[in-house]
Amino acid sequence: MRYFPITLAALGLVACASVVEAASEGDPERGAGLVTPCATCHQADGSGKHIEGGQSWPRLAGLNARYFIKQYNDIKSGSRQSATMMPFVNMLNGQQLADVAAYYARMEPTPGQGGENASEGVLERGKQIAERGDWSQYIVACRSCHGPGSRGAGEAFPGIAGQHAGYIEAQLKAWKEGTRNNDPQNLMGSIAKRMGDEDIHAVAVWLANQSPVAE
Amino acid sequence: MIRKFFQVALSGTVLLSSTAAANDYASDAEIQQYIETLTEMGFPAPKEDQLVHIPPTMEDLEDADIHPELKRVIRRGYDLFTNTQQLRGKNVFNNMNCSSCHLGAGRVPFSAPIWPAAVTLPDYRGKNGHVNTLEERIAGCFAYSMNGKPPAYGSDDMVALATYHTWLASGVEMYPKQSIYGRGFPAPERPGKLSYANGERLFQEQCAVCHQEDGSGLRVDGQTVYPALWGNNSNNWGAGMVRIFTAAGFIKNNMPLGQPHSLSDQQAWDIAYYMNSQERPQDPRYTGEVKETAEKHKNFHQHSMYGKIRESDGKLLGDHDNTGDKPFLKPDNLRPRSFE
Repeated sequence: MRYFPITLAALGLVACASVVEAASEGDPERGAGLVTPCATCHQADGSGKHIEGGQSWPRLAGLNARYFIKQYNDIKSGSRQSATMMPFVNMLNGQQLADVAAYYARMEPTPGQGGENASEGVLERGKQIAERGDWSQYIVACRSCHGPGSRGAGEAFPGIAGQHAGYIEAQLKAWKEGTRNNDPQNLMGSIAKRMGDEDIHAVAVWLANQSPVAE
Repeated sequence: MIRKFFQVALSGTVLLSSTAAANDYASDAEIQQYIETLTEMGFPAPKEDQLVHIPPTMEDLEDADIHPELKRVIRRGYDLFTNTQQLRGKNVFNNMNCSSCHLGAGRVPFSAPIWPAAVTLPDYRGKNGHVNTLEERIAGCFAYSMNGKPPAYGSDDMVALATYHTWLASGVEMYPKQSIYGRGFPAPERPGKLSYANGERLFQEQCAVCHQEDGSGLRVDGQTVYPALWGNNSNNWGAGMVRIFTAAGFIKNNMPLGQPHSLSDQQAWDIAYYMNSQERPQDPRYTGEVKETAEKHKNFHQHSMYGKIRESDGKLLGDHDNTGDKPFLKPDNLRPRSFE
Protein backbone atom coordinates (compact mmCIF):
# COMPACT_ATOMS: atom_id res chain seq x y z
CA MET A 1 0.00 0.00 0.00
CA ARG A 2 1.25 3.44 -0.88
CA TYR A 3 1.06 6.23 1.64
CA PHE A 4 0.88 9.92 0.89
CA PRO A 5 1.90 11.91 3.98
CA ILE A 6 1.93 15.28 2.23
CA THR A 7 -1.47 14.81 0.62
CA LEU A 8 -2.92 13.58 3.88
CA ALA A 9 -1.53 16.50 5.83
CA ALA A 10 -2.99 18.88 3.27
CA LEU A 11 -6.37 17.27 3.76
CA GLY A 12 -6.13 17.46 7.52
CA LEU A 13 -6.37 13.70 7.69
CA VAL A 14 -3.34 13.44 9.92
CA ALA A 15 -5.33 15.11 12.68
CA CYS A 16 -8.11 12.64 11.95
CA ALA A 17 -5.68 9.75 12.13
CA SER A 18 -4.73 10.65 15.70
CA VAL A 19 -8.39 10.54 16.71
CA VAL A 20 -8.68 7.19 15.04
CA GLU A 21 -5.68 5.93 16.95
CA ALA A 22 -7.20 7.13 20.21
CA ALA A 23 -10.41 5.30 19.33
CA SER A 24 -8.61 2.05 18.73
CA GLU A 25 -7.20 2.41 22.22
CA GLY A 26 -10.60 3.08 23.76
CA ASP A 27 -11.23 0.94 26.82
CA PRO A 28 -14.84 -0.27 27.11
CA GLU A 29 -14.37 -1.09 30.80
CA ARG A 30 -13.38 2.49 31.57
CA GLY A 31 -16.16 3.69 29.25
CA ALA A 32 -18.73 1.78 31.32
CA GLY A 33 -17.98 4.07 34.27
CA LEU A 34 -18.71 7.21 32.24
CA VAL A 35 -22.07 6.54 30.63
CA THR A 36 -24.53 7.31 33.44
CA PRO A 37 -25.54 10.68 31.96
CA CYS A 38 -25.88 9.10 28.47
CA ALA A 39 -28.24 6.41 29.78
CA THR A 40 -30.88 8.96 30.73
CA CYS A 41 -31.89 9.19 27.07
CA HIS A 42 -29.92 6.45 25.34
CA GLN A 43 -30.92 3.89 28.02
CA ALA A 44 -28.75 1.56 30.07
CA ASP A 45 -28.68 -1.01 27.26
CA GLY A 46 -27.80 1.65 24.66
CA SER A 47 -31.13 1.10 22.92
CA GLY A 48 -32.23 4.74 22.81
CA LYS A 49 -35.91 5.29 22.19
CA HIS A 50 -38.38 5.96 19.42
CA ILE A 51 -40.77 8.69 20.52
CA GLU A 52 -43.78 8.99 18.26
CA GLY A 53 -44.38 12.63 17.41
CA GLY A 54 -41.42 13.76 19.51
CA GLN A 55 -37.65 13.68 19.34
CA SER A 56 -36.36 10.14 19.14
CA TRP A 57 -33.06 9.17 20.74
CA PRO A 58 -30.83 7.01 18.57
CA ARG A 59 -29.69 3.56 19.53
CA LEU A 60 -25.95 3.66 20.29
CA ALA A 61 -25.43 -0.03 21.04
CA GLY A 62 -23.25 -1.52 18.32
CA LEU A 63 -22.46 1.80 16.66
CA ASN A 64 -19.06 2.03 14.93
CA ALA A 65 -16.66 3.67 17.42
CA ARG A 66 -15.02 5.99 14.91
CA TYR A 67 -18.37 7.18 13.62
CA PHE A 68 -19.47 7.74 17.22
CA ILE A 69 -16.40 9.87 17.97
CA LYS A 70 -16.81 11.94 14.81
CA GLN A 71 -20.46 12.71 15.59
CA TYR A 72 -19.69 13.74 19.17
CA ASN A 73 -16.83 15.96 18.03
CA ASP A 74 -18.94 17.44 15.23
CA ILE A 75 -21.70 18.39 17.66
CA LYS A 76 -19.05 19.88 19.95
CA SER A 77 -17.51 21.92 17.13
CA GLY A 78 -20.90 23.01 15.79
CA SER A 79 -20.62 21.24 12.44
CA ARG A 80 -23.57 19.10 13.52
CA GLN A 81 -26.49 20.72 15.33
CA SER A 82 -28.07 19.00 18.31
CA ALA A 83 -29.58 21.19 21.02
CA THR A 84 -30.27 18.09 23.11
CA MET A 85 -26.64 16.95 23.06
CA MET A 86 -25.07 20.40 23.60
CA PRO A 87 -25.08 20.26 27.43
CA PHE A 88 -23.02 17.05 27.24
CA VAL A 89 -20.36 17.84 24.65
CA ASN A 90 -17.83 19.06 27.18
CA MET A 91 -18.41 16.11 29.44
CA LEU A 92 -15.81 13.85 27.85
CA ASN A 93 -12.18 14.50 26.98
CA GLY A 94 -10.57 12.71 24.03
CA GLN A 95 -9.64 9.56 25.93
CA GLN A 96 -12.96 9.38 27.73
CA LEU A 97 -14.79 9.78 24.45
CA ALA A 98 -12.78 6.92 22.95
CA ASP A 99 -13.62 4.80 26.00
CA VAL A 100 -17.35 5.54 25.77
CA ALA A 101 -17.34 4.90 22.02
CA ALA A 102 -15.61 1.56 22.60
CA TYR A 103 -18.16 0.71 25.29
CA TYR A 104 -21.14 1.31 23.01
CA ALA A 105 -19.49 -0.29 19.98
CA ARG A 106 -19.16 -3.53 21.92
CA MET A 107 -22.74 -3.58 23.17
CA GLU A 108 -25.28 -5.96 21.66
CA PRO A 109 -27.46 -3.97 19.22
CA THR A 110 -31.13 -3.80 20.15
CA PRO A 111 -34.10 -3.84 17.74
CA GLY A 112 -35.34 -0.68 16.07
CA GLN A 113 -38.66 0.83 17.11
CA GLY A 114 -41.31 2.84 15.31
CA GLY A 115 -41.95 0.61 12.29
CA GLU A 116 -44.39 -1.73 14.01
CA ASN A 117 -47.61 -0.24 12.67
CA ALA A 118 -46.51 0.62 9.15
CA SER A 119 -48.70 -0.68 6.34
CA GLU A 120 -47.51 -3.34 3.92
CA GLY A 121 -47.51 -0.88 1.02
CA VAL A 122 -45.37 1.64 2.89
CA LEU A 123 -42.92 -1.06 3.93
CA GLU A 124 -42.69 -2.33 0.36
CA ARG A 125 -41.78 1.16 -0.86
CA GLY A 126 -39.27 1.52 1.98
CA LYS A 127 -37.66 -1.76 1.03
CA GLN A 128 -37.40 -0.70 -2.61
CA ILE A 129 -35.59 2.51 -1.66
CA ALA A 130 -33.27 0.81 0.81
CA GLU A 131 -32.41 -2.19 -1.34
CA ARG A 132 -32.70 -0.99 -4.94
CA GLY A 133 -33.20 2.77 -4.86
CA ASP A 134 -35.51 4.68 -7.19
CA TRP A 135 -33.42 5.83 -10.09
CA SER A 136 -36.36 7.57 -11.76
CA GLN A 137 -35.76 10.21 -9.07
CA TYR A 138 -32.03 9.43 -8.85
CA ILE A 139 -32.45 8.14 -5.31
CA VAL A 140 -29.56 5.76 -4.73
CA ALA A 141 -30.24 2.62 -2.65
CA CYS A 142 -29.27 2.93 1.04
CA ARG A 143 -27.34 -0.32 0.84
CA SER A 144 -25.02 0.94 -1.89
CA CYS A 145 -23.20 3.01 0.76
CA HIS A 146 -24.46 1.60 4.09
CA GLY A 147 -23.55 -1.93 3.04
CA PRO A 148 -25.36 -5.28 2.95
CA GLY A 149 -28.72 -4.98 4.70
CA SER A 150 -27.79 -1.31 5.41
CA ARG A 151 -26.05 -2.65 8.51
CA GLY A 152 -23.10 -0.29 8.12
CA ALA A 153 -19.86 -0.13 6.08
CA GLY A 154 -16.65 1.20 7.56
CA GLU A 155 -16.44 4.24 9.78
CA ALA A 156 -18.13 6.78 7.50
CA PHE A 157 -21.37 4.90 6.79
CA PRO A 158 -23.13 3.81 10.00
CA GLY A 159 -25.51 0.88 10.32
CA ILE A 160 -29.04 2.21 9.88
CA ALA A 161 -30.94 -1.10 9.87
CA GLY A 162 -32.58 -1.48 13.27
CA GLN A 163 -32.28 2.23 14.07
CA HIS A 164 -35.45 3.92 15.30
CA ALA A 165 -37.80 5.19 12.61
CA GLY A 166 -38.27 8.55 14.28
CA TYR A 167 -34.54 9.17 14.41
CA ILE A 168 -33.89 8.14 10.78
CA GLU A 169 -36.81 10.25 9.57
CA ALA A 170 -35.63 13.30 11.53
CA GLN A 171 -32.06 12.96 10.23
CA LEU A 172 -33.10 12.55 6.59
CA LYS A 173 -35.33 15.60 6.91
CA ALA A 174 -32.48 17.55 8.50
CA TRP A 175 -30.25 16.65 5.54
CA LYS A 176 -32.99 17.52 3.13
CA GLU A 177 -33.45 20.93 4.73
CA GLY A 178 -29.70 21.44 5.05
CA THR A 179 -29.70 21.66 8.85
CA ARG A 180 -27.51 18.55 9.00
CA ASN A 181 -24.53 18.58 6.69
CA ASN A 182 -21.63 16.83 8.43
CA ASP A 183 -21.56 13.88 6.04
CA PRO A 184 -18.47 13.32 3.89
CA GLN A 185 -18.78 15.22 0.60
CA ASN A 186 -22.52 15.77 0.96
CA LEU A 187 -23.05 12.12 0.03
CA MET A 188 -26.21 11.81 2.15
CA GLY A 189 -27.40 15.37 1.72
CA SER A 190 -27.45 15.26 -2.07
CA ILE A 191 -29.70 12.18 -2.00
CA ALA A 192 -31.95 13.30 0.87
CA LYS A 193 -32.70 16.54 -1.01
CA ARG A 194 -34.34 14.52 -3.77
CA MET A 195 -36.51 12.45 -1.41
CA GLY A 196 -40.16 13.23 -0.76
CA ASP A 197 -41.42 13.14 2.84
CA GLU A 198 -43.46 10.01 2.15
CA ASP A 199 -40.39 8.17 0.89
CA ILE A 200 -38.38 9.36 3.87
CA HIS A 201 -41.04 7.94 6.17
CA ALA A 202 -41.26 4.70 4.19
CA VAL A 203 -37.55 4.00 4.28
CA ALA A 204 -37.34 4.94 7.97
CA VAL A 205 -40.03 2.49 9.06
CA TRP A 206 -38.67 -0.30 6.86
CA LEU A 207 -35.15 0.16 8.21
CA ALA A 208 -36.47 0.24 11.80
CA ASN A 209 -37.98 -3.20 11.22
CA GLN A 210 -34.72 -4.74 9.99
CA SER A 211 -32.14 -6.58 12.05
CA PRO A 212 -29.11 -4.45 12.95
CA VAL A 213 -26.87 -7.52 12.68
CA ALA A 214 -26.40 -10.18 10.00
CA GLU A 215 -28.57 -13.20 10.70
CA MET B 1 -34.97 21.44 -25.35
CA ILE B 2 -37.11 19.78 -22.70
CA ARG B 3 -40.23 21.46 -24.01
CA LYS B 4 -39.34 20.40 -27.49
CA PHE B 5 -38.82 16.83 -26.40
CA PHE B 6 -42.16 16.84 -24.64
CA GLN B 7 -43.96 17.85 -27.78
CA VAL B 8 -42.20 15.22 -29.79
CA ALA B 9 -43.07 12.61 -27.20
CA LEU B 10 -46.73 13.46 -27.25
CA SER B 11 -46.92 13.57 -31.00
CA GLY B 12 -45.73 9.98 -30.97
CA THR B 13 -43.18 10.26 -33.72
CA VAL B 14 -40.41 7.85 -34.54
CA LEU B 15 -38.55 8.96 -31.45
CA LEU B 16 -40.86 7.16 -29.08
CA SER B 17 -42.76 4.85 -31.35
CA SER B 18 -40.28 2.15 -30.53
CA THR B 19 -40.26 2.79 -26.82
CA ALA B 20 -43.24 4.35 -25.11
CA ALA B 21 -45.72 3.11 -27.65
CA ALA B 22 -44.50 -0.45 -27.42
CA ASN B 23 -43.44 -0.27 -23.81
CA ASP B 24 -46.01 -1.48 -21.32
CA TYR B 25 -43.85 -0.41 -18.44
CA ALA B 26 -43.39 3.38 -18.75
CA SER B 27 -45.89 5.99 -19.91
CA ASP B 28 -44.91 9.05 -21.93
CA ALA B 29 -45.41 11.17 -18.82
CA GLU B 30 -43.16 8.91 -16.77
CA ILE B 31 -40.46 9.03 -19.41
CA GLN B 32 -40.77 12.81 -19.55
CA GLN B 33 -40.45 13.03 -15.76
CA TYR B 34 -37.39 10.78 -15.85
CA ILE B 35 -35.74 12.96 -18.48
CA GLU B 36 -36.44 16.05 -16.40
CA THR B 37 -34.82 14.46 -13.36
CA LEU B 38 -31.72 13.66 -15.43
CA THR B 39 -31.44 17.08 -17.03
CA GLU B 40 -31.84 18.80 -13.67
CA MET B 41 -28.80 16.80 -12.56
CA GLY B 42 -26.69 18.01 -15.46
CA PHE B 43 -27.22 15.23 -17.99
CA PRO B 44 -27.98 16.30 -21.56
CA ALA B 45 -31.55 16.08 -22.80
CA PRO B 46 -32.17 13.58 -25.61
CA LYS B 47 -31.53 14.84 -29.11
CA GLU B 48 -34.59 14.85 -31.30
CA ASP B 49 -33.66 11.77 -33.28
CA GLN B 50 -32.53 9.69 -30.32
CA LEU B 51 -34.13 6.53 -29.00
CA VAL B 52 -35.21 6.94 -25.39
CA HIS B 53 -36.07 3.83 -23.43
CA ILE B 54 -36.74 3.49 -19.71
CA PRO B 55 -36.35 -0.19 -18.86
CA PRO B 56 -38.81 -1.92 -16.54
CA THR B 57 -37.95 -2.30 -12.86
CA MET B 58 -38.07 -5.41 -10.72
CA GLU B 59 -41.32 -4.02 -9.30
CA ASP B 60 -42.72 -3.96 -12.86
CA LEU B 61 -41.69 -7.59 -13.27
CA GLU B 62 -44.05 -8.74 -10.55
CA ASP B 63 -47.04 -7.30 -12.43
CA ALA B 64 -45.84 -8.31 -15.91
CA ASP B 65 -48.00 -10.60 -18.02
CA ILE B 66 -45.32 -13.17 -18.79
CA HIS B 67 -44.84 -16.84 -17.92
CA PRO B 68 -43.97 -17.40 -14.22
CA GLU B 69 -40.96 -19.45 -15.22
CA LEU B 70 -39.65 -16.54 -17.31
CA LYS B 71 -40.10 -14.27 -14.27
CA ARG B 72 -38.10 -16.74 -12.21
CA VAL B 73 -35.24 -16.75 -14.72
CA ILE B 74 -35.26 -12.93 -14.96
CA ARG B 75 -35.09 -12.72 -11.14
CA ARG B 76 -32.16 -15.13 -11.24
CA GLY B 77 -30.45 -12.93 -13.85
CA TYR B 78 -31.02 -9.83 -11.74
CA ASP B 79 -29.64 -11.61 -8.69
CA LEU B 80 -26.51 -12.69 -10.60
CA PHE B 81 -26.09 -9.19 -12.02
CA THR B 82 -26.31 -7.42 -8.65
CA ASN B 83 -24.54 -10.10 -6.61
CA THR B 84 -22.09 -11.57 -9.08
CA GLN B 85 -19.87 -12.41 -6.12
CA GLN B 86 -21.94 -15.57 -5.68
CA LEU B 87 -19.83 -16.87 -8.62
CA ARG B 88 -16.57 -16.03 -6.81
CA GLY B 89 -13.84 -18.59 -7.43
CA LYS B 90 -15.84 -20.17 -10.27
CA ASN B 91 -16.44 -17.37 -12.77
CA VAL B 92 -15.35 -14.28 -10.84
CA PHE B 93 -11.87 -13.83 -9.35
CA ASN B 94 -12.05 -10.24 -8.10
CA ASN B 95 -14.39 -8.12 -5.97
CA MET B 96 -16.60 -6.85 -8.78
CA ASN B 97 -20.32 -7.26 -9.37
CA CYS B 98 -21.81 -6.45 -12.78
CA SER B 99 -23.67 -3.65 -11.00
CA SER B 100 -20.37 -2.16 -9.74
CA CYS B 101 -20.02 -0.40 -13.10
CA HIS B 102 -23.55 -0.72 -14.53
CA LEU B 103 -25.31 1.26 -11.80
CA GLY B 104 -28.95 0.83 -10.93
CA ALA B 105 -28.84 -2.86 -11.87
CA GLY B 106 -27.96 -2.04 -15.48
CA ARG B 107 -30.98 0.21 -16.08
CA VAL B 108 -29.52 3.70 -15.67
CA PRO B 109 -28.71 5.98 -18.65
CA PHE B 110 -25.08 7.20 -18.85
CA SER B 111 -24.02 4.26 -16.70
CA ALA B 112 -23.63 1.82 -19.58
CA PRO B 113 -27.20 0.51 -19.45
CA ILE B 114 -27.19 -3.10 -20.56
CA TRP B 115 -30.40 -3.31 -22.59
CA PRO B 116 -28.83 -1.83 -25.78
CA ALA B 117 -26.68 -4.97 -26.04
CA ALA B 118 -29.85 -7.03 -26.36
CA VAL B 119 -31.11 -5.07 -29.37
CA THR B 120 -27.82 -4.28 -31.16
CA LEU B 121 -26.21 -7.75 -31.02
CA PRO B 122 -25.28 -9.96 -32.79
CA ASP B 123 -22.87 -7.49 -34.34
CA TYR B 124 -19.24 -7.19 -35.35
CA ARG B 125 -17.03 -6.17 -32.44
CA GLY B 126 -13.65 -4.57 -33.02
CA LYS B 127 -12.27 -5.79 -29.70
CA ASN B 128 -12.18 -9.42 -30.84
CA GLY B 129 -12.68 -8.98 -34.58
CA HIS B 130 -15.74 -11.10 -35.13
CA VAL B 131 -19.53 -11.13 -34.80
CA ASN B 132 -20.54 -11.41 -31.14
CA THR B 133 -23.83 -12.59 -29.67
CA LEU B 134 -25.26 -11.19 -26.44
CA GLU B 135 -23.89 -14.18 -24.54
CA GLU B 136 -20.43 -13.61 -25.98
CA ARG B 137 -20.58 -9.95 -25.03
CA ILE B 138 -21.43 -10.96 -21.45
CA ALA B 139 -18.55 -13.45 -21.60
CA GLY B 140 -16.22 -10.56 -22.40
CA CYS B 141 -17.20 -8.82 -19.15
CA PHE B 142 -16.41 -11.97 -17.19
CA ALA B 143 -13.03 -12.44 -18.88
CA TYR B 144 -11.87 -8.85 -18.38
CA SER B 145 -13.94 -6.82 -15.92
CA MET B 146 -14.49 -9.73 -13.53
CA ASN B 147 -10.97 -11.11 -14.17
CA GLY B 148 -12.65 -14.48 -14.53
CA LYS B 149 -13.96 -17.32 -16.62
CA PRO B 150 -17.31 -16.79 -18.32
CA PRO B 151 -20.16 -19.15 -17.43
CA ALA B 152 -20.53 -21.66 -20.26
CA TYR B 153 -22.61 -20.54 -23.25
CA GLY B 154 -26.11 -21.87 -22.80
CA SER B 155 -25.58 -22.62 -19.08
CA ASP B 156 -28.31 -21.69 -16.59
CA ASP B 157 -26.32 -18.71 -15.30
CA MET B 158 -25.53 -17.41 -18.79
CA VAL B 159 -29.13 -17.81 -19.96
CA ALA B 160 -30.42 -16.05 -16.82
CA LEU B 161 -28.08 -13.09 -17.38
CA ALA B 162 -28.93 -12.84 -21.08
CA THR B 163 -32.65 -13.07 -20.30
CA TYR B 164 -32.40 -10.24 -17.78
CA HIS B 165 -30.67 -8.09 -20.43
CA THR B 166 -33.31 -8.89 -23.02
CA TRP B 167 -36.23 -8.26 -20.67
CA LEU B 168 -34.85 -4.80 -19.85
CA ALA B 169 -35.09 -4.05 -23.58
CA SER B 170 -38.82 -4.94 -23.62
CA GLY B 171 -40.60 -3.08 -26.40
CA VAL B 172 -37.50 -1.80 -28.22
CA GLU B 173 -37.13 -2.82 -31.84
CA MET B 174 -34.16 -4.94 -32.91
CA TYR B 175 -31.25 -3.15 -34.60
CA PRO B 176 -32.68 0.34 -34.00
CA LYS B 177 -31.52 2.92 -36.52
CA GLN B 178 -31.46 5.86 -34.12
CA SER B 179 -28.63 6.48 -31.69
CA ILE B 180 -29.50 5.43 -28.15
CA TYR B 181 -29.89 8.08 -25.45
CA GLY B 182 -27.54 7.53 -22.49
CA ARG B 183 -25.70 4.56 -24.04
CA GLY B 184 -22.29 3.69 -22.61
CA PHE B 185 -20.32 6.10 -20.46
CA PRO B 186 -20.12 9.14 -22.75
CA ALA B 187 -16.70 10.74 -22.16
CA PRO B 188 -16.43 14.46 -21.56
CA GLU B 189 -14.14 16.32 -23.91
CA ARG B 190 -10.53 15.40 -23.27
CA PRO B 191 -8.61 18.34 -21.81
CA GLY B 192 -5.33 19.40 -23.38
CA LYS B 193 -3.23 18.02 -20.55
CA LEU B 194 -3.86 15.32 -17.94
CA SER B 195 -2.34 15.68 -14.47
CA TYR B 196 -1.37 12.61 -12.43
CA ALA B 197 -0.68 14.76 -9.36
CA ASN B 198 -4.05 16.50 -9.59
CA GLY B 199 -5.75 13.14 -10.12
CA GLU B 200 -4.04 11.72 -7.04
CA ARG B 201 -5.03 14.69 -4.90
CA LEU B 202 -8.63 14.59 -6.12
CA PHE B 203 -8.80 10.84 -5.60
CA GLN B 204 -7.78 11.18 -1.97
CA GLU B 205 -10.22 14.06 -1.44
CA GLN B 206 -13.25 12.80 -3.34
CA CYS B 207 -12.99 9.04 -3.79
CA ALA B 208 -10.97 7.54 -0.93
CA VAL B 209 -13.76 7.84 1.66
CA CYS B 210 -15.37 4.86 -0.08
CA HIS B 211 -12.72 3.32 -2.35
CA GLN B 212 -9.93 3.71 0.28
CA GLU B 213 -6.60 5.47 -0.08
CA ASP B 214 -5.08 2.44 -1.81
CA GLY B 215 -8.04 1.94 -4.18
CA SER B 216 -8.88 -1.47 -2.71
CA GLY B 217 -12.51 -0.62 -1.92
CA LEU B 218 -14.40 -2.29 0.91
CA ARG B 219 -16.16 -5.57 1.52
CA VAL B 220 -18.58 -6.23 4.37
CA ASP B 221 -19.98 -9.66 5.31
CA GLY B 222 -18.27 -11.17 2.25
CA GLN B 223 -20.08 -8.76 -0.10
CA THR B 224 -18.60 -5.91 -2.10
CA VAL B 225 -19.80 -2.48 -1.02
CA TYR B 226 -17.25 -0.23 -2.74
CA PRO B 227 -15.47 -1.94 -5.65
CA ALA B 228 -11.69 -2.09 -5.91
CA LEU B 229 -10.44 0.38 -8.53
CA TRP B 230 -7.05 -1.24 -9.01
CA GLY B 231 -4.97 -4.07 -7.58
CA ASN B 232 -5.71 -7.80 -7.54
CA ASN B 233 -9.38 -7.38 -6.67
CA SER B 234 -10.15 -5.04 -9.56
CA ASN B 235 -10.71 -5.54 -13.28
CA ASN B 236 -7.74 -6.70 -15.34
CA TRP B 237 -5.82 -4.77 -18.01
CA GLY B 238 -8.17 -5.98 -20.75
CA ALA B 239 -11.36 -4.41 -19.31
CA GLY B 240 -12.97 -1.47 -21.09
CA MET B 241 -12.64 0.59 -17.92
CA VAL B 242 -8.83 0.75 -18.31
CA ARG B 243 -9.32 3.05 -21.30
CA ILE B 244 -8.96 6.49 -19.80
CA PHE B 245 -11.87 7.94 -21.76
CA THR B 246 -14.19 5.18 -20.55
CA ALA B 247 -13.20 5.74 -16.91
CA ALA B 248 -13.50 9.52 -17.34
CA GLY B 249 -16.98 9.00 -18.78
CA PHE B 250 -17.97 6.73 -15.91
CA ILE B 251 -16.67 9.16 -13.31
CA LYS B 252 -18.15 12.29 -14.85
CA ASN B 253 -21.60 10.71 -15.24
CA ASN B 254 -21.77 8.69 -12.04
CA MET B 255 -19.32 9.70 -9.31
CA PRO B 256 -19.35 10.54 -6.46
CA LEU B 257 -22.40 8.30 -6.15
CA GLY B 258 -25.54 10.44 -6.18
CA GLN B 259 -23.68 13.48 -7.51
CA PRO B 260 -23.20 13.03 -11.25
CA HIS B 261 -21.72 15.97 -13.15
CA SER B 262 -20.34 17.49 -9.94
CA LEU B 263 -16.75 17.09 -11.17
CA SER B 264 -15.35 19.21 -13.99
CA ASP B 265 -14.24 17.51 -17.22
CA GLN B 266 -10.61 18.09 -16.22
CA GLN B 267 -11.18 16.58 -12.77
CA ALA B 268 -12.93 13.50 -14.18
CA TRP B 269 -10.10 12.93 -16.68
CA ASP B 270 -7.36 13.49 -14.08
CA ILE B 271 -8.92 11.02 -11.64
CA ALA B 272 -9.35 8.49 -14.47
CA TYR B 273 -5.72 9.00 -15.50
CA TYR B 274 -4.50 8.46 -11.92
CA MET B 275 -6.74 5.42 -11.35
CA ASN B 276 -5.70 3.83 -14.64
CA SER B 277 -2.00 4.43 -13.93
CA GLN B 278 -2.09 1.84 -11.12
CA GLU B 279 -1.36 -1.87 -11.43
CA ARG B 280 -3.98 -4.55 -11.93
CA PRO B 281 -4.10 -8.19 -13.10
CA GLN B 282 -2.61 -9.01 -16.49
CA ASP B 283 -4.60 -8.68 -19.74
CA PRO B 284 -5.78 -12.23 -20.66
CA ARG B 285 -4.51 -11.50 -24.21
CA TYR B 286 -0.93 -11.20 -22.86
CA THR B 287 1.66 -12.69 -25.20
CA GLY B 288 4.38 -12.79 -22.55
CA GLU B 289 5.65 -9.34 -23.44
CA VAL B 290 3.74 -6.21 -22.47
CA LYS B 291 4.81 -3.92 -25.31
CA GLU B 292 4.10 -6.61 -27.88
CA THR B 293 0.65 -7.19 -26.34
CA ALA B 294 -0.08 -3.46 -26.30
CA GLU B 295 0.95 -3.19 -29.97
CA LYS B 296 -1.05 -6.25 -30.99
CA HIS B 297 -4.19 -4.70 -29.44
CA LYS B 298 -3.33 -1.15 -30.32
CA ASN B 299 -6.90 -0.17 -31.20
CA PHE B 300 -7.72 -0.85 -27.54
CA HIS B 301 -4.53 -0.07 -25.62
CA GLN B 302 -3.82 3.23 -27.39
CA HIS B 303 -6.43 4.52 -24.93
CA SER B 304 -4.95 2.84 -21.82
CA MET B 305 -1.72 3.17 -19.82
CA TYR B 306 -0.85 -0.50 -20.47
CA GLY B 307 2.71 -0.87 -21.72
CA LYS B 308 3.40 2.79 -21.01
CA ILE B 309 5.59 4.53 -18.47
CA ARG B 310 3.93 5.97 -15.36
CA GLU B 311 5.15 9.54 -15.09
CA SER B 312 5.29 9.65 -11.28
CA ASP B 313 7.95 6.96 -10.89
CA GLY B 314 8.96 5.72 -14.35
CA LYS B 315 7.32 2.31 -13.87
CA LEU B 316 6.38 0.33 -17.00
CA LEU B 317 2.72 -0.54 -16.43
CA GLY B 318 1.45 -4.07 -17.09
CA ASP B 319 4.97 -5.54 -17.16
CA HIS B 320 4.27 -8.61 -15.00
CA ASP B 321 2.67 -12.03 -15.10
CA ASN B 322 0.35 -11.51 -12.14
CA THR B 323 -3.16 -12.80 -12.88
CA GLY B 324 -4.52 -11.79 -9.46
CA ASP B 325 -6.54 -14.47 -7.67
CA LYS B 326 -7.28 -16.18 -10.99
CA PRO B 327 -5.17 -19.32 -11.40
CA PHE B 328 -4.87 -18.98 -15.19
CA LEU B 329 -4.28 -16.24 -17.76
CA LYS B 330 -6.90 -16.76 -20.47
CA PRO B 331 -10.29 -18.49 -20.07
CA ASP B 332 -10.57 -21.39 -22.51
CA ASN B 333 -14.04 -20.36 -23.72
CA LEU B 334 -12.75 -16.99 -24.94
CA ARG B 335 -11.72 -17.80 -28.48
CA PRO B 336 -11.72 -16.51 -32.05
CA ARG B 337 -14.45 -17.45 -34.48
CA SER B 338 -14.23 -17.55 -38.27
CA PHE B 339 -17.44 -19.08 -39.73
CA GLU B 340 -15.30 -20.94 -42.24
